[in-house]
Amino acid sequence: MLSLEKVTKIYRTGALGMRKLTAVFEVSFEIGDKEIVALIGESGSGKSTIGKMILRLIPPTSGTIRFEGIDIFLLKGQAVKDYYRKVQGVFQDPFASYNPIFKADRIFTMIREEFFPGISRSQWEHKVEEALRAVGLNPPDVLGKYPHQLSGGQLQRFLIARALLLDIRLLVADEIISMLDASTRVDVLNLLADLRDRGLSILFITHDLSLGHYISDRSIVLYKGRIVEMGPTERVYARPLHPYTEMLMASIPRLDQKWPGQHTRIERTTSYGSSGCVYYSRCPIAQEICARRAPELVEVEAGHHVACLMRS
Amino acid sequence: MGLRVENLRVYYRTLSGYVRALEGATFAVSDGEIMGLAGESGCGKTTLGHSLIYLKPPMTYMEGRVLLDGQEVPIWDMKRMSEFRFRRISLIPQYAMNALNPTRKIGRMIADLLAAHGVDFREILPELKRRLDLVQLSHEVLNMYPIELSGGMRQRVVMVISTLLNPALLIADEITSALDVSTQRAVCEMIVEFRNRGFVRSTIFITHDMSILYQIADTIMVMYAGQLVEKAPTEVILRSPHHPYTRMLIASLPRVGVRHRQERLQGIPGAPPRLLDPLPGCRFRDRCPVAFARCAEVPPFVEIEPGHFVACWQEI
Repeated sequence: MLSLEKVTKIYRTGALGMRKLTAVFEVSFEIGDKEIVALIGESGSGKSTIGKMILRLIPPTSGTIRFEGIDIFLLKGQAVKDYYRKVQGVFQDPFASYNPIFKADRIFTMIREEFFPGISRSQWEHKVEEALRAVGLNPPDVLGKYPHQLSGGQLQRFLIARALLLDIRLLVADEIISMLDASTRVDVLNLLADLRDRGLSILFITHDLSLGHYISDRSIVLYKGRIVEMGPTERVYARPLHPYTEMLMASIPRLDQKWPGQHTRIERTTSYGSSGCVYYSRCPIAQEICARRAPELVEVEAGHHVACLMRS
Repeated sequence: MGLRVENLRVYYRTLSGYVRALEGATFAVSDGEIMGLAGESGCGKTTLGHSLIYLKPPMTYMEGRVLLDGQEVPIWDMKRMSEFRFRRISLIPQYAMNALNPTRKIGRMIADLLAAHGVDFREILPELKRRLDLVQLSHEVLNMYPIELSGGMRQRVVMVISTLLNPALLIADEITSALDVSTQRAVCEMIVEFRNRGFVRSTIFITHDMSILYQIADTIMVMYAGQLVEKAPTEVILRSPHHPYTRMLIASLPRVGVRHRQERLQGIPGAPPRLLDPLPGCRFRDRCPVAFARCAEVPPFVEIEPGHFVACWQEI
């Protein structure tokens, strides 16, 4: 349904934009129908940049993003609107997504004005209530309220309901759980799974590996803008191949197991330069060749890819 | 001796009345204990931590006592508290690593801080350098500006500074929540290391993340809507929680190994009460599956077995 082909994003930073920052480098992957794909990475890994490019909020420096076979950055006029009928995003901070001086349900009215100008009032109200029920909210409890009268979980579900009003096929969910409390976050996660079962695909962007594991069908691990490992979630977690994924798995605080052994930090002073592996300076198993040659993403077992010269 | 808190009540004064953020807390943290303080946003865990060191308005002291090694800590008296702050009780606030003065070199900033507390920088410098070695920071950082350090390095600097005078009590408020998992682990291991080396005697580690507490805490205390709910040794509270809130909270946490397709976790229906005019009695009762008439009274925080305290009428 959605495919990224060698997508690269270079930001210009520093005074007068003289310095270049490669946020995403030659990333290629696909999202199929009815699939939750977790995009996992630490801060600065480029995961949010990828989400923003898919939502057409920023253009890639090179590479193409295709939705149903068509390059989304070539869309014009009505076609752009049609794209947003099918692809929508929800972001991290639910409170920042609302204007505090208006009632929260104004986001629905805006969708109506923009996408459904011809619909009758009663038909529209029915549609809104249906969407709210689909996200597990009771319409009379939440309609007509200001953002500060609703909880973070309710606001986040409002935004998902807003996306459901359209004929949405793909939802980009960028850290939507991280500001919610433990007792409500699992309900939002379950909601995403229900939506998947109803035919939606979801790109679930997260830094929290246990959440990604709970919900996703496939996982993509990013490090410094490159995909280092990608595969079926169960395989990636049960048998991580890239040393970076291994380190992540060993560092997640778990409820059923203490951190194993002594934490080893490796920091080589030589960096990877322009040609080597991005993880070289921190990698415990790196050889001399890793400083010179960048690894390609190689399929090691069915659907499970890794970018590591030592492991492929 | 450690820390003892008796019936501590701290409210926030607002235009619409008092927000009852901390309601009659009674508990103890013994010497060498790392106590995890857990709960959702707005449960009062930060209010509790901060009230032990700096009651910043609109925080208002209502009643209660705090004893450190048997000595009364006058938390209601801003002036007298200055002899406790930093020397005996130290706090690492949530965004400390971003709160370092950007115009001062780190060494200079430490010297200023020590001077304000009447300590000579040159006298303590050898110990400072030993501690920088311990957290794997080069002595060079003393000549650097905060902007030159990464987030993880700044967090380590803050930890060294706040424990430099070997406080009896360290309060760490959400110090891991903005960090990457690998840095998070390093910071947690430092907390344990500092305790083991005696730099800090008792620690209150505030976080919303129970899985971090499982890694480092000796005991865990859970709060809900301003009330203490349960306190027990870490293994006990995670394996056999007694309070319905603790039980439901722990059951809702995704563990690595649990997948939605195999096991659907449940959240807790409902939302926490507003603390301006909360229900009298147990504040969890309108979300509690086992609440009964008695819950309209505040349940006492009682010890049901050694070291295991619960505030629930079902347990009495």
